[in-house]
Amino acid sequence: MILALTLDAIWSVLEDVKDPEIPAVSVVEMGIVRDVAIEGNRVIVTITPTFSGCPALQVMQEDVISRVRQLGVTEVETRIVLSPPWTTEWITEEARAKLRSVGLAPPPHHTGDLSLALMEMVACPYCGSKNTSVRNTFGPTLCRAIFYCNACQQPFEQFKPL
Amino acid sequence: MIELDNRLKTALADKLLAMGDDELILGHRDSEWCGHAPILEEDIAFANIALDEQGHAAIWYGLLSEVIGEDKETYPDRLAFLRPPSEFRNAPLMELPKGDWAFSMLRQYLFDVAELKCADWLVKSAYQPLADAAAKVQREEFYHLRHTQAWTRRLGLGTKESNQRMQAALDALWPYAIHYFEPLATDAPLAEAGIIPPALEWQVSWEAQVLPFLREANLKPPASFELVAVDRLRHSEHLAALLGEMQSVARLQPDASW
Repeated sequence: MILALTLDAIWSVLEDVKDPEIPAVSVVEMGIVRDVAIEGNRVIVTITPTFSGCPALQVMQEDVISRVRQLGVTEVETRIVLSPPWTTEWITEEARAKLRSVGLAPPPHHTGDLSLALMEMVACPYCGSKNTSVRNTFGPTLCRAIFYCNACQQPFEQFKPL
Repeated sequence: MIELDNRLKTALADKLLAMGDDELILGHRDSEWCGHAPILEEDIAFANIALDEQGHAAIWYGLLSEVIGEDKETYPDRLAFLRPPSEFRNAPLMELPKGDWAFSMLRQYLFDVAELKCADWLVKSAYQPLADAAAKVQREEFYHLRHTQAWTRRLGLGTKESNQRMQAALDALWPYAIHYFEPLATDAPLAEAGIIPPALEWQVSWEAQVLPFLREANLKPPASFELVAVDRLRHSEHLAALLGEMQSVARLQPDASW
């Protein structure tokens, strides 16, 4: 059983684990899974929270464990690290496209200065117009802000740059 | 990384407990606005901020668990839900009732600047886990401060009534805010070891940002005030009431799993 277990196989099943607050993208694409290791019979998955108060973290931990167990591994452990702190720069390009497809504007790219990132014009995920305005930098979850598209008159959410 | 001897370990545990308690109690007070804020957007925003502060409390409690060798998974919950008021070490600033919107916004603003200044210093802490955690907190506080700054200006420069309410809040909060910077009895060796910021340096950096900002918002800290009569060891009657509510469900069945 253990013979067939490779790191690639584990990374691949982790693609099935979603952030319950953003079910369109996996925890791997989000950059939440930081490392996977096999130590003897034990698999250790290291994850990092997006926002520190994120209530979805525990669910993701449980989902990671149960998904890896389906590979026949009995001992699965998750470890949480805070450093380096999670940033939206770790969200892959594929995941950004998926976010857009579910009506969530992806975060602007930035080099660490969030005040500059917030000056970026945000494109409406529905019509692509940049004629949008922020309604609330805090949204229905810690990681989202609420916008309004002045062109297609559709409210939408944005994944906040962090 | 710095090796903690027993004396530093105990002092750091005290410090982390105070930091965690500050965030937990303030986060809970903020959460009392949930469903009651002036407008829906603010209801959502302030509930977000409350949740962030509780997340920070979990971080400090988690570090504390590591320092004293307790289980990181379960100990933070025990600290939050199963301690009596006399064992809480939060500053009295955090336990004051939520007051009106001006009071809650201004308290959060004063705290946000303080927490950000502390995090700015802590990212260079000689104790690496603390530096790592501070880097996480720093980015989230950016959003909080941006929000509470906007409200402080808006209410300070708004109508006559909004300015009066903000000024009344500042008069009431200022002595508690100053008290908040008072170092714990065990802080000195930690500051000497480069683990936490020296209290005075921290307070000075806070005042350097807060004072000009308040002036621009047409708000004036009281020129003289009486020192607060409570502290981190002797709490006001407000804390017991807050905990009575916050802990009520957990205490029904302390060993329940969620």
